[in-house]
Amino acid sequence: MAFTFAAFCYMLALLLTAALIFFAIWHIIAFDELKTDYKNPIDQCNTLNPLVLPEYLIHFFFCVMFLCAAEWLTLVLNLPLLAYHVWRYTSRPVMSCPGLYDPTTIMNADILAYCQKEGWCKLAFYLLSFFYYLYGYTAFSAICLTLKIMQYLENIHTF
Amino acid sequence: MSASGFTNLDSSAGFNQNPTPNGGAAPPCQNGPLPTHPSMYPPAGYYGVPPPQQSYLSIPSHATSAPSKASIASSAHSQNYYQNNHQQQQQQTQLPQHQVALSPYSAPPPSQPYATLPSLAPPPSNAQFNQQAFQQQQALYTTSGPYYGQQSYRASPAQPRHHHHHHQQQQHHPSLVSSPAGIPVYPNVSYPSGPASSHYVPHTSSNTSTPGVMSTQMGAPLHQFSALPPASTAVQPGYGTGHQTAATVNGKGSTAAVQNNIHQHYDQNNQAPHNYNSYSGVTQSSGGADGDRPPSGTPSTSVHSSPSRHQGLQYGYVANSGASSASATTSGAAAAPSSSSTDDDEEEEDEDEEAGGDTSSSSTGSASPVPNNYDSLEGGSYPDSMPPSNNMTNQAPPFGSFGYHGMQTAYQHGPASRPDASPSHSVYSQPGYQQYSQPFPNLSQLSAALGGLSGVPELEMEALRPVNLLQERNLLPSRPLEAPEPNLSPDLKKVNCSPQTFRCTLTSIPQTQALLNKARLPLGLLLHPFRDLQQLPVITSNTIVRCRSCRTYINPFVTFLDQRRWKCNLCYRVNDVPDEFMYNPVTRSYGEPHKRPEVQNSTVEFIASSDYMLRPPQPAVYLFVLDVSHNALEAGYLKYFCESLLENLDKLPGDARTKVGFLTFDNTVHFYNLQEGLSQPQMLVVSDIDDVFIPSHDSLMVNLKESKELVKELLTSLPAMFSQSRETHSALGPALQAAFKLMSPTGGRVTLFQTQLPTLGAGKLQSREDPNQRSSTKGAQHLGPATDFYKKLALDCSGQQIGVDLFLLSSQYADLSSLACVSKYSAGSVFYYPSFHCIHNPAQLEKFQRDLDRYLTRKVGFEAVMRIRCTKGLSIHTFHGNFFVRSTDLLSLANVNPDSAFAVQMSIEDSLADSSLACFQAALLYTSSKGKRRIRVHTLCLPVVSQLSDVYAGADVQAITCLLANMAIDRSISSSLSDARDALVNAVVDFVSAYKSSVSNLQQSGVVVPAAMRLFPLYILALLKQKALRTGTSTRLDERIFAMCEFKTQPLPQLMRMLHPDLYRVDNMSDQGALHLNDTVVPQPHLLHLSAERLSRDGAFLMDCGNVFYLWISKCCNETFICDVLGCSSYASIPPNMSHIPELQTPLSERVRAFLDWLQDNRAFSSPIHIVKDDASAKATLFQHLVEDRSESASSYHEFLQHIQQQMSKGWHQERDWRKYLRFPGSSFPCEQQQTDHMGARSVCVFTADFYIYRA
Repeated sequence: MAFTFAAFCYMLALLLTAALIFFAIWHIIAFDELKTDYKNPIDQCNTLNPLVLPEYLIHFFFCVMFLCAAEWLTLVLNLPLLAYHVWRYTSRPVMSCPGLYDPTTIMNADILAYCQKEGWCKLAFYLLSFFYYLYGYTAFSAICLTLKIMQYLENIHTF
Repeated sequence: MSASGFTNLDSSAGFNQNPTPNGGAAPPCQNGPLPTHPSMYPPAGYYGVPPPQQSYLSIPSHATSAPSKASIASSAHSQNYYQNNHQQQQQQTQLPQHQVALSPYSAPPPSQPYATLPSLAPPPSNAQFNQQAFQQQQALYTTSGPYYGQQSYRASPAQPRHHHHHHQQQQHHPSLVSSPAGIPVYPNVSYPSGPASSHYVPHTSSNTSTPGVMSTQMGAPLHQFSALPPASTAVQPGYGTGHQTAATVNGKGSTAAVQNNIHQHYDQNNQAPHNYNSYSGVTQSSGGADGDRPPSGTPSTSVHSSPSRHQGLQYGYVANSGASSASATTSGAAAAPSSSSTDDDEEEEDEDEEAGGDTSSSSTGSASPVPNNYDSLEGGSYPDSMPPSNNMTNQAPPFGSFGYHGMQTAYQHGPASRPDASPSHSVYSQPGYQQYSQPFPNLSQLSAALGGLSGVPELEMEALRPVNLLQERNLLPSRPLEAPEPNLSPDLKKVNCSPQTFRCTLTSIPQTQALLNKARLPLGLLLHPFRDLQQLPVITSNTIVRCRSCRTYINPFVTFLDQRRWKCNLCYRVNDVPDEFMYNPVTRSYGEPHKRPEVQNSTVEFIASSDYMLRPPQPAVYLFVLDVSHNALEAGYLKYFCESLLENLDKLPGDARTKVGFLTFDNTVHFYNLQEGLSQPQMLVVSDIDDVFIPSHDSLMVNLKESKELVKELLTSLPAMFSQSRETHSALGPALQAAFKLMSPTGGRVTLFQTQLPTLGAGKLQSREDPNQRSSTKGAQHLGPATDFYKKLALDCSGQQIGVDLFLLSSQYADLSSLACVSKYSAGSVFYYPSFHCIHNPAQLEKFQRDLDRYLTRKVGFEAVMRIRCTKGLSIHTFHGNFFVRSTDLLSLANVNPDSAFAVQMSIEDSLADSSLACFQAALLYTSSKGKRRIRVHTLCLPVVSQLSDVYAGADVQAITCLLANMAIDRSISSSLSDARDALVNAVVDFVSAYKSSVSNLQQSGVVVPAAMRLFPLYILALLKQKALRTGTSTRLDERIFAMCEFKTQPLPQLMRMLHPDLYRVDNMSDQGALHLNDTVVPQPHLLHLSAERLSRDGAFLMDCGNVFYLWISKCCNETFICDVLGCSSYASIPPNMSHIPELQTPLSERVRAFLDWLQDNRAFSSPIHIVKDDASAKATLFQHLVEDRSESASSYHEFLQHIQQQMSKGWHQERDWRKYLRFPGSSFPCEQQQTDHMGARSVCVFTADFYIYRA
């Protein structure tokens, strides 16, 4: 039973990470657009800000799942990002709506570069973790499968 | 009347002498409407009708006074008109003098483009030369055949009809004449029909308790009115009839108006074709046909290259600015800058009309599609056009050929312009520049064009002289420091942008980022783009020539490859010269594109065509939002505001479309119906502050000209109206929301007066200041905003082209850091008067009045954007100032005013090695108060250098200090005050160490800096002692925040005077080195160090702090000085709060006043003077400015230097906290560049700061 829950966790994380990868790509594109003048920072912040919390929550959600599944290694791998998210959100500018990006400061070259870099780093992280979860999922399902087969074989054997 | 205006123009000597049709026609168009104003409105309809009004009014006195007022007003109008004319005439007659009295702006001044007239012999002196030039030009114009002649002849007979027509067009804003139904029929129509209509309770019920709207009469104080419940039913019918009659009365007047205004377009649509037709000699019989006239643009179907076509081009010099140059150069006149600037404005706008009249079409060659945002308007680089790719540069071989082309320009510029400006040229041929020609003896122009590539001139040697600060004590120059001149060829130097407008921290741009990092100095620009200029070429042409790929405007630093092609100096693309550009309107010759005014001046203004508009140019719209809570009345600002506005009502920049509105608030928001035709202003109260709405849409913002009487009446009655108010709450947020809603259809300027912390509704704030922390040494808390309400509102405003200017007059903490956001992001300005009280604090009151005078009359530009372009390889890092950053190089400025400046941090992304010059161009696109779309373009050109020593030699210490101040303020808000302070100190330490290790090979101990930077540590110390950044001295949070706001927006000279005031001894001024301006002698005393040891016990000292003067009279001061200058018999008899210098006829007094006036002349806001006696209380205010001395909490200059020395010797091994460094863009950590010079074993710690999170 325990493996199946872990496998389920991995499967869920796999799907959610795929979603997060899209978030990250969206983020990168958005900042690239900002940098190349195509978009108004106000509009861009309005589209980006609502996505921040969902992203953080999704990540938080499967961290909790891994905690429940007692997948310690995976949890430890994810903790730095979790901590970063918490830090990032607590140090956000004064805003009345959820989100991180302030249209008045976002065009500052430092912040723009930082956000871009953040996007790329996250994309890399999510991609790596995507493969990791894929591996975890297949490993678990494989184990699960072998066990089932073995059980089956045993049954046959005993039969 | 208009004819007289015409002759006035004609008879005046000077620039405007050329009898171009426009010169004649335009000013009457502007001034013309006024005299006919009363005739437009049948007296019966407008002013008369006493009987119904009496029944309507509850206070009879108003009704009786109405007719008399009307007549006064009409005479006032005409008076005003004459005055205007008179002023113009005066200015124009003064013009030649101004030409003689050289302005500091440029040495061979306005004559320059004129000087390129081909047929002119080199004249002996500038003055005569100018006059000749003009006469010549006039001759040219007058003899230029039937075109002009006919026009000027035609212009005057056609006047009456002409301006009448104009009058009709301009008088009425289309929205006002939309239908007769717009006329309010009060009880029914004007009642708010807003979203929450269930709130509105009929008039008969008791109005006070219900939220909603009530319509009260102006004269009746609110509480009285609402205290009449039984009477109100009785009054009700009275109202009804009153309104009815008002409506019909109005109807009479306005149906006439409506008839006249069937053909309403926006001004621009009307004017352009109209003017076009009249100029082309087609008699436009009446305005009737205008209605079906297609929008501007069609008439110019003629072939562009035909010479006759080019007569449509005109090149208008804003000559007028003579007006302001008068005030700038003549000291005796003591013209208040405020008034002179409006005159300037008026005239400039007249000129504008003149020039703009010719904008016959907008058929530019620009291929821009219909723009959908301002971004594309001003011209971000086209996404689809060719990007500034490398092949552009490759195409033109990088270095040699550039030099070659450069030579070509130089040839073209050089010899041609040489004969004219002979006197000034002699100045440039100083020995230092002879070195240039050594490598290319035959091509002296070549090396000249190459800029700062050749050897080191003497000036540079002087700038590089190592100075040991611990030994040399007299560092200050005798006169206030000038901006260093970039090391360019004389030709380029001559056309370069004025340092007052455009200044770079490094006048020699380092070639690479690595070199910049080595220098440890910030690279940035300080810009004052909209400042009042004394001379500005205004160019009207169909095509504004711009680079096709980067959209740079053509400027003096482009290279002409041949007659038909030019190479952009920013992206190096080769562009074609359009046909039209081949014609030079100044010399009226063909085939000399390099002599066009655009190519001869680095600051020009274009009249933009409709390609540069998203919508028709907006009218000038002003909304005044006034705090009328108890606190505000206690402070008593309202009376002075109303007085000031009444006085300046006619001087508000604008045209016939100008609109004004008023809004007051305490715990409710009050609107004022000023619709023309009402007998009295009508107050509408909205008490539903949670969901504030606009009770009436077309009568709250009214045309100033039409409703002037009502506005005046409102302003006279406003102070008394609220005198009984006991309301202590302030619903600022809702009032601002209402203002936003009111203004959003048009855009414009909101002027907000606030006296306390907003306590109600959206955007309410809490007190965050802890008075016990005011003098904490740790730094200050709460430097950032508490809420983003004001920021969001400002962004909304900015989107609707509304600028909000904040006047905060509070005695208590009002959370300026939150409130200021409303101005910061809507490109407004902030004024703060701590502990303002009209009786107890006369000094603040005086300052308030002076500021207000300037504020109300200064120029204003609406719906503006500013783009800064720079040579490929450079990029913009951060902007500082009040604006909203729209994209990486575009600032959106809802309003732009002449007193705010901007700073820009730059970084070098690619090596600049393949060019010898770096250029920066700031283009400000705005709508003038006269409804013209204009583009002001400034271009700055600087040499690129590869040696560190050259970088240091060109360092501009003042600009560097200002940029660092801006960076430090950002740091103190994003991180903390103490970090910002440390970062500033570290900036000095870094710089001195970098200099020591890289340039000076002297192993001398001490703090050694190049002479160009010798004041750097002093300025940084002064910065640390400013209110914005000081710790340990008691500073109110609001005052600190305000000081920060000022650092972000003040122009550099003003900032430098605030930072490091100029101190002079004035009791023994000699005539040595004095300036002689007209007939006054302005003595030039030496600057003194800001240290108490320089103050002697027997002298009188003047300290110029930028926004205030202190005249310090010491105890044993010369009795004759006290007597002659102050008019007091002895030291003891000087009154304690003396704040003016009497106009005595003694030579000493005249001299002091001449000097003071001269100092005042160069600044926008006139500064009050305080006479400070040598006693304890007054001393403190003065002594806090003595920055070199030790104060209770800050070190002296000498201690500061020692501290720097210690820090340097401590070296680099200590751990570095990134927060304690100002990060210069593009650079990593300071330690990176520190090589193993002293201690070879030390490992160099390189870590990039990029990874440290920049806290947003």
